[in-house]
Amino acid sequence: MTFFTFTFYAFALILVFAGLRVITTRNPVHAALWLVLSFFTAAAIWILLQAEFLAITLVLVYVGAVMVLFLFVVMMLDVNFDSLRRQFRSYLPQGVIVGALVLLEMTLAVVSSAIGAAQIAPPLPTGSNTKALGSLLYVDYVYPFEIAAVVLLVAIIAAITLTHRKRKATRYQDPAVQANVRREDRVRIVQMPAEKSET
Amino acid sequence: MIEQHVLSAFATIWGPWWDPVWSFVRPVWPGIWTLTKIVAIAIPLILSVAYLTLAERKVIGWMQVRIGPNRVGPLGLLQPFADVLKMLFKEIIVPTGANRWLFFIAPMLSLAPALAAWAVIPFSESLVLSNINAGLLYILAMTSMGVYGIILAGWASNSKYAFLGCLRSAAQIVSYEIAMGFALVGVLMVANSLNLGDIVRGQEGGAAQWYLWPLLPLFVVYIVSGIAETNRHPFDVAEGESEIVAGFHVEYSGIMFALFFLAEYMNMILVSALASVMFLGGWLSPLPILNDVEVFGVHPFGDSILWLGLKTSAVLFMFLWVRATFPRYRYDQIMRLGWKVFIPVTLVWIVFLGVMMQTRWAYLFH
Repeated sequence: MTFFTFTFYAFALILVFAGLRVITTRNPVHAALWLVLSFFTAAAIWILLQAEFLAITLVLVYVGAVMVLFLFVVMMLDVNFDSLRRQFRSYLPQGVIVGALVLLEMTLAVVSSAIGAAQIAPPLPTGSNTKALGSLLYVDYVYPFEIAAVVLLVAIIAAITLTHRKRKATRYQDPAVQANVRREDRVRIVQMPAEKSET
Repeated sequence: MIEQHVLSAFATIWGPWWDPVWSFVRPVWPGIWTLTKIVAIAIPLILSVAYLTLAERKVIGWMQVRIGPNRVGPLGLLQPFADVLKMLFKEIIVPTGANRWLFFIAPMLSLAPALAAWAVIPFSESLVLSNINAGLLYILAMTSMGVYGIILAGWASNSKYAFLGCLRSAAQIVSYEIAMGFALVGVLMVANSLNLGDIVRGQEGGAAQWYLWPLLPLFVVYIVSGIAETNRHPFDVAEGESEIVAGFHVEYSGIMFALFFLAEYMNMILVSALASVMFLGGWLSPLPILNDVEVFGVHPFGDSILWLGLKTSAVLFMFLWVRATFPRYRYDQIMRLGWKVFIPVTLVWIVFLGVMMQTRWAYLFH
């Protein structure tokens, strides 16, 4: 066994174990952390495939930003775990169906690629695969890419307008007013006659 | 090159026994050599952190017309070691109801990314641990991991002060990361590369060629975001003493507290070194003519790690200067500055750069 395959199996074992812990652990904060570990390990496996741009982006976006916000929310929630677990049976059929579908899809993908093993795309030509990806996205497929960006932008704006409520009662600071405050607005100098001492 | 020298030195020391030993060591040699290089980066780094803490206390002391630490060793130079020993021998206290496992792992999680990011920093033309193509992205990814240590420390401590501190810190770091990322996009545009060595090589030809000039607004945004990302004054609401005691690390004591301290200062040095590499020409000397100055057959002022050190120290001094000068920002002011000032400024400058590169003044923007 070469060092390369050894590292691959090590990462794969960690990834599978972390993925299992995500769904078996009882504490949601722990589950989120196991998910972070599985993302990180997946990125390591991608680096073994020489897809360094995708791997680092996975760490940057999912581990560095998405999961931080996720953890943020999970920590602040005051969830009663027992009441969550009570509905386990009612959700079981949907869960089983989705799980079976995912399993089926993955099996199909693995089997078909194992049959046509030669069809697997070779690793990108040597050099920066950031550049290769960039020219694919921004030169060859620029219109689909930009349309996808516009669709996402519309979704963001729609989500904000749907959830944004202007509440009149909130207190807020106007920075311009604060910066323009003069001494005369805040300080009043009062002249007091000096008191004479008793002694 | 150094590797060959080391190997031939081993061969002369071991004499005839070298060949069997080498056949045994050969398969694991790349691992040993990489570990040696990591240690060669990590130990000077930790020493720099030790003396940065002393420099901070001295500089702020002088700015406030005090002397600063001056009791341990000559001029107080042994103070950092006294502090480390004190920390080492203090008891580690785990609060009641704390999540023990996460409580212990949090300081390590904040220190590890701070160290890992140094793998791609080019110290000079040939001195870099890992010369990878996506170096800039790697740095961004590693620095964004550091926030986990803070969040977990706050949550696992089972203390309200710590929890408030960690929430503040998480929101602040995620916000300023965006502005920082956009500032780096500007660097990427002018340098045409994500490799940190190539970024430095693009600034050859003296101080006038540094990316500082075409990217001046982005430089300012980067430095201020760097201060905010490292939770330094005046953006240190995550540990704001006057409101939440010490924030996320309020329950930590002894060497566990020291690890957070180490990570914070290491991140400071990292941000400064990155600012030097990306905007101030890295290891290049500010005047190309200094490359020709020869003293006893060596070029002491030529392009070398010396200049990177000097530039990094200058940026670090600015960090300390800022700390001694400004009062702490209010939390809503921090958020406003990040989202409503920095992100628009960086976006406008990126578009401006793109437009200028298509005009006949493109040579000004490399």
